[in-house]
Amino acid sequence: MTNSIDDLACADVTLIIGSNTSENHPVISMEIIKAVKAGRKRLIVIDPRNIMMTEFADVVLNHRPGTDVAVLNGMMHQIIKKGLYDREFVEARTEGFGELKKLVAAYTPAYVERISGVPAAKLKEAAELFAGADHANILYAMGITQHITGTDNVMSVANLASLTGNLGIPGGGVNPLRGQNNVQGACDVGALPNVYTGYQKVADEGVRHKMESAWGVELPDTPGLVATEMVRERSKGGVMAMYIMGENPMVSDPDLNHAAAVLEDLEFLVVQDIFMTETAEIADVVLPGLTYAEKDGTFTNTERRVQRVRKAVQGPGEARDDWRITCDIARAMGYPMEYDHVSDVKREICALTPSYAGITWERLEDGGVQWPCPTLEHPGTPILHVGQCTRGKARFMPVEFKEPAEKTSKKYPLVLTTGRVLTHFHTGSMTRRCEALDELVPRAVAEFSPEDAKKYRIKDGDTVCLTSRRGTIDVTVKVTEKSNPGVVFMPFHFAECAANVLTGGALDPVAKIPEYKVSAIKVRKK
Amino acid sequence: MKKKDKVVVGLATCGIAAGGVEVMDEIARELKKRRLDVELDETGCIGCCFAEVLVDFEKEGMPRVTYGDVRPEDVPALVESHLVNGKILKEKVLLIEGRKTTEADFLKKQTRIVLGNCGILDPEDIEDYMGIGGYEGLRKALSGMTPEQVRKEVLDSGLRGRGGAGFPTGAKWNFCARAEGEDKYIVCNADEGDPGAFMDRSVLEGDPHAVLEGMIIAGYAIGATHGYIYCRAEYPLAVKRLKMAIRDATGKGFLGSDILGSGYSLDIIIKEGAGAFVCGEETALIASIEGVRGMPRPRPPFPANKGIWGMPTNINNVETLANVPWIIREGAGKFARLGTKGSKGTKVFCLTGKVRRGGLAEVAMGTTLREVIFGVGGGIKNDRPFKAVQIGGPSGGCLPAELLDTPVDYDSLPAAGAIMGSGGMVIVDDTTCMVDLAKYFLTFTQMESCGKCTPCRIGTKRMLEILTRICEGKGEPEDIERLEKLAVDIKDGSLCALGGTAPNPVLTTLRYFKDEYEAHIFDKRCPAGLCSELVTFHIDPEKCNGCTVCARNCPTGAITGEKKEPHGIDQEKCIKCRECLRRCRFDAVYTV
Amino acid sequence: MSEDMKLTIDRRKCVGRKGQTIVEVARENDIWIPTLCFDERMEPYGACRVCLVEVEGARALLPACTAEITPDMVVTTSNERIDSIRRTVIELILSDHPKDCLTCESNGSCALQDLAYRYGVKESSFGGEAHSYHLLDDNPVIERDPDKCILCGRCVRICEEIVGAGVYGFVGRGFDTTVGTPYEHPLEESPCLFCGQCISTCPVGALASKLSKGAGRPWELEETDTTCPYCGVGCTLTLWTRDNKVVNITAPLDRGVNRGNLCVKGRFGFQYIDSPERLKHPMIRGKDGRLRKTSWNKAISLVTERFSGIVEKHGADAVGGLSSARCTNEENYLFQKFMRAVVGTNNVDHCARL
Repeated sequence: MTNSIDDLACADVTLIIGSNTSENHPVISMEIIKAVKAGRKRLIVIDPRNIMMTEFADVVLNHRPGTDVAVLNGMMHQIIKKGLYDREFVEARTEGFGELKKLVAAYTPAYVERISGVPAAKLKEAAELFAGADHANILYAMGITQHITGTDNVMSVANLASLTGNLGIPGGGVNPLRGQNNVQGACDVGALPNVYTGYQKVADEGVRHKMESAWGVELPDTPGLVATEMVRERSKGGVMAMYIMGENPMVSDPDLNHAAAVLEDLEFLVVQDIFMTETAEIADVVLPGLTYAEKDGTFTNTERRVQRVRKAVQGPGEARDDWRITCDIARAMGYPMEYDHVSDVKREICALTPSYAGITWERLEDGGVQWPCPTLEHPGTPILHVGQCTRGKARFMPVEFKEPAEKTSKKYPLVLTTGRVLTHFHTGSMTRRCEALDELVPRAVAEFSPEDAKKYRIKDGDTVCLTSRRGTIDVTVKVTEKSNPGVVFMPFHFAECAANVLTGGALDPVAKIPEYKVSAIKVRKK
Repeated sequence: MKKKDKVVVGLATCGIAAGGVEVMDEIARELKKRRLDVELDETGCIGCCFAEVLVDFEKEGMPRVTYGDVRPEDVPALVESHLVNGKILKEKVLLIEGRKTTEADFLKKQTRIVLGNCGILDPEDIEDYMGIGGYEGLRKALSGMTPEQVRKEVLDSGLRGRGGAGFPTGAKWNFCARAEGEDKYIVCNADEGDPGAFMDRSVLEGDPHAVLEGMIIAGYAIGATHGYIYCRAEYPLAVKRLKMAIRDATGKGFLGSDILGSGYSLDIIIKEGAGAFVCGEETALIASIEGVRGMPRPRPPFPANKGIWGMPTNINNVETLANVPWIIREGAGKFARLGTKGSKGTKVFCLTGKVRRGGLAEVAMGTTLREVIFGVGGGIKNDRPFKAVQIGGPSGGCLPAELLDTPVDYDSLPAAGAIMGSGGMVIVDDTTCMVDLAKYFLTFTQMESCGKCTPCRIGTKRMLEILTRICEGKGEPEDIERLEKLAVDIKDGSLCALGGTAPNPVLTTLRYFKDEYEAHIFDKRCPAGLCSELVTFHIDPEKCNGCTVCARNCPTGAITGEKKEPHGIDQEKCIKCRECLRRCRFDAVYTV
Repeated sequence: MSEDMKLTIDRRKCVGRKGQTIVEVARENDIWIPTLCFDERMEPYGACRVCLVEVEGARALLPACTAEITPDMVVTTSNERIDSIRRTVIELILSDHPKDCLTCESNGSCALQDLAYRYGVKESSFGGEAHSYHLLDDNPVIERDPDKCILCGRCVRICEEIVGAGVYGFVGRGFDTTVGTPYEHPLEESPCLFCGQCISTCPVGALASKLSKGAGRPWELEETDTTCPYCGVGCTLTLWTRDNKVVNITAPLDRGVNRGNLCVKGRFGFQYIDSPERLKHPMIRGKDGRLRKTSWNKAISLVTERFSGIVEKHGADAVGGLSSARCTNEENYLFQKFMRAVVGTNNVDHCARL
């Protein structure tokens, strides 16, 4: 997030696109709902489904899955046409406005309606409401990113924020909501194939030398494979052996039948986890780690705030701190990875990472600090790009609309879009082992619109067979107004009814993110 | 051209309930039968509720005559006598224009501003209203006065809120006028809920345009952009007539956009309440208009600053608004000459209970209770002794005979422990037990408590429980102190006026009729002979002539006796239903 | 910034900001005013009447939770008149409240109990009718005991104003007013999201977590502040533990991004921690293809041997590592350091995209 959670309420208008906020970031949704209910905020929701947040929205745009770029371009078209953009900001702080203007000129509301199904009048209303606010922010999540056009989508969001001058101000910004507790932190500390900590590029010689001297070894200089690339046949560039810590690709990967075959075929697989997950079950070695309640450390949340995790209980049996396990293996492989306490690891991160330099273990005792925080005296950065963007001027990156990788057809007439439900988390390894939560939501349901239910003669509680070009699963039907005709929603938390059997392997070319939000399927009543 | 003869039937809710529609139908039939070319009209409530159905006859060469207690079967004789023969039918006369009748005092002793047109105008005809100067006040305000001048005029008139609190209306308007907000609301509070109070209904049914005109003037004075009339759904006729009034006023350009070319615009919506007493409280009323449960909100912030949807809102009662056109038309000075130093103008009261002439009485402020009850109301039914008057509804106080010379105004009544309230007057005689009366009002407020604040929700319940046990003869000596303490804390601690005034009937009866409480508690005796747990029924053998009416009507067969011999009551079997007491024509049944 | 205002509370000079209420300024100045229906997360309500204070120049007592400060205001928070009303209010509430503190879940963390103690109200002198409703236990996490409800409306308001579900509402009038769901349907048939925000705000024991019933009194439990393991919001949690077991989770009002708010997972999603399914020992796949318990030494040596072997034979890039967005920064840091510095590959990623 460019801005902070407690800054969300400051926006006069909030635009939520591709985020089922109340189910996936409930506490953030509470901030929004509270402001809307108190009359301090107006809300625009752009989503293919009638998610709960639409109940509080002034304007709702239900678009066809995968048409986000068209909708956003259409909004910008209208804003430019009506002269509602922030001229001063565009002039002083951006470049490339001319190209943007030229590109979005074609995206008239009528044209966008044809692409996305969003009524032209609604699109205009949303555009004018957003541009009319002094402080307007944009929240998005996987609904924007999990497309082959994920990067394009994000750029379009950024274009809209820049066009309306909503960067670097309170109650503004581009605010991706991260799906997992420490996905921000894992990225920040270099658990990515192309960067070390703080997004320092492995390809950058200077950075690499710094790391090499700190770690005392020579380091590879080419970026590695992303997760979905690793899980491929060896002949297609996949790996032979894997060390998986606290991940469950046997449920979370796209085109699951294929992924499972590859994982089962690995020469050697080590899984370090707290439960016998679906992935652990096929491992050669399983190593017991600890839960958050049993360890010390830090997490970094979606607003870049580094916060303490504190040990409250002892782990069971011989289970070990995950960082100690990694050190144990490193030592056994001949590399001296020695730390007395996890705070020593933190110190090393601070030393090697400019944006984390001022965020010391001791400082976190009294609450979190938001990076960038280069020095001990620095208060942290609640809002990015104040006065000037990190790269100087913000560059508009106009993008054309592209259709999703998979199109519906006569044979596969419905669009499946996958996501999460409030009560469960990711592959369910934790929440499905909480009796109370599993009792609340014990099984996956596929959500059909009343129109589709009628069309396919199915009703609430029926079991249907969903089939995509990659696989088939059986699932219980829920008929709900939440779904719009033609779109079926399913959560991916449930291993016994894994939505990812149906999803495809198409990736965004830049971010390598799978297109979970659009798969063509057909339905058959059992 | 010869003016047409005219018959007018009082068709407010009271008239309809008494059979007015049937009477009207009968008159129409009779006129048709006799081929009489007479105009037949309806009007609102004239206020003589004790004599419904009321029919006015206006015939060339005769004074205007109001007949009372008219039944359909009386119609042929009435028409024949008055219209055909030109003779007044004496038995049915209530009032004769310009002449003294036995009931003439009822109207003569009143000063009518608010009710001036009720019972005279056709409330469904805007031309009728305009014919007597209606909407001239609005025209005057919009064409020649600034909003400030209108507010000053009302402030100078000394008009105070007729809904109960008596806050100076002009000052209230000033608060709202000076508050900032995108929108502003003017609200007419027509959620009349006090048991035994119906003055607002009568005005709405009898003279809806006066209220509407007052509201538009008020809206102009404060800069309101929208108006609401919050009227209880139990007043369907009032709602119907208001709707017609809004339609007709809009048609004439008195309402809507650019009113009378002044550039001022106002729309008015009728919101029907669902029958919660507490919704008469301003903040609960606002909540109800907003569509949520009608529960009061703490003040400050006052509605003038944060009312409907957080916008400045001014709420005035029906009667208050009905005074406004008169004030603007006739001038503040004329209004201020009526009444007392602190209370100007008139006040409409509803006389109910044991009064001889129940109905609506509008009197100048400062008139004494005695003049209202005995002068206008004609004293107590059956000439029983006056015992007390409960003024101001369930939130008001109960004043004894010693205080009958108290003037009705905003200063004297509170000093005596009562309030002006919306103007209900329940008159009781010596057959009423004052503890039971307090219990009755508390039962009402407890049932109508919204449940939000603790003192009102639980406190009034506990007071009611104490009163109940006193009435049942189970009172404890400490109960009086408990009641007093609770009453004070509830008054001080409650969130809104409902709770804040709920203890008033208890406090005033404790103040003026403590002996009755003590009789219940210490002597286990109900001096009025009403509390059934504390009385036994007996037959005076001297007075009983053995007519057997009581025995035949006793549901449990407790009364026995030979024909023409004195009867007796078996106390074991008696369930104290009071049936014998009601039935005995010889005053032989008595309570101990 | 908003303008400062000087005022006096209990003869103490205080400074507040325009728009603040008396209770807010008092708390900033460590002046205690009792409250029951007040929760800083919601719009002030003014229902319970225990926060009434005297303001010079005002005829009526004002609720400190709703009354905004004005310049040079003079406030008295306690005197005979005020305390008398407070005592009466507490007595009245107690007159319709079960006296079963001994077994109540909220014993020790109950605002009503604290006030009764503070004002020395032993029991109600009024007697009278007390309600007796059924315990509502229609779902896996929230237990409702209407007998204990003091009608402060906090659950109603938090669900409406903050959660947006609007599950609860007032039903009935007068003494018989209750808090109920639409048509008294069970919570599972209502729009309830089971976030337990209602429990978090209930000042008494009318709403309780079923997961923590009988798990211990506040003074028997240990508190540890930490960060939620679920979504990316990073809510601050307080873990309540006893005998090496997490028995309850709450959120502090005064710190963290969530300021006391939590969702269903954050508040109730802790049972997995001591699940019997937890992995307790390292395991190795045997020749028969089955995973078997082993020692740490054996497991680590096997991993070392196989990784070294594959790297030697096929190069470091034949190995890939997936670290975890659920693990800490330190763990992720060491994991990528391991892959890069020890294995020698940049093949390291995690599930950021999934």
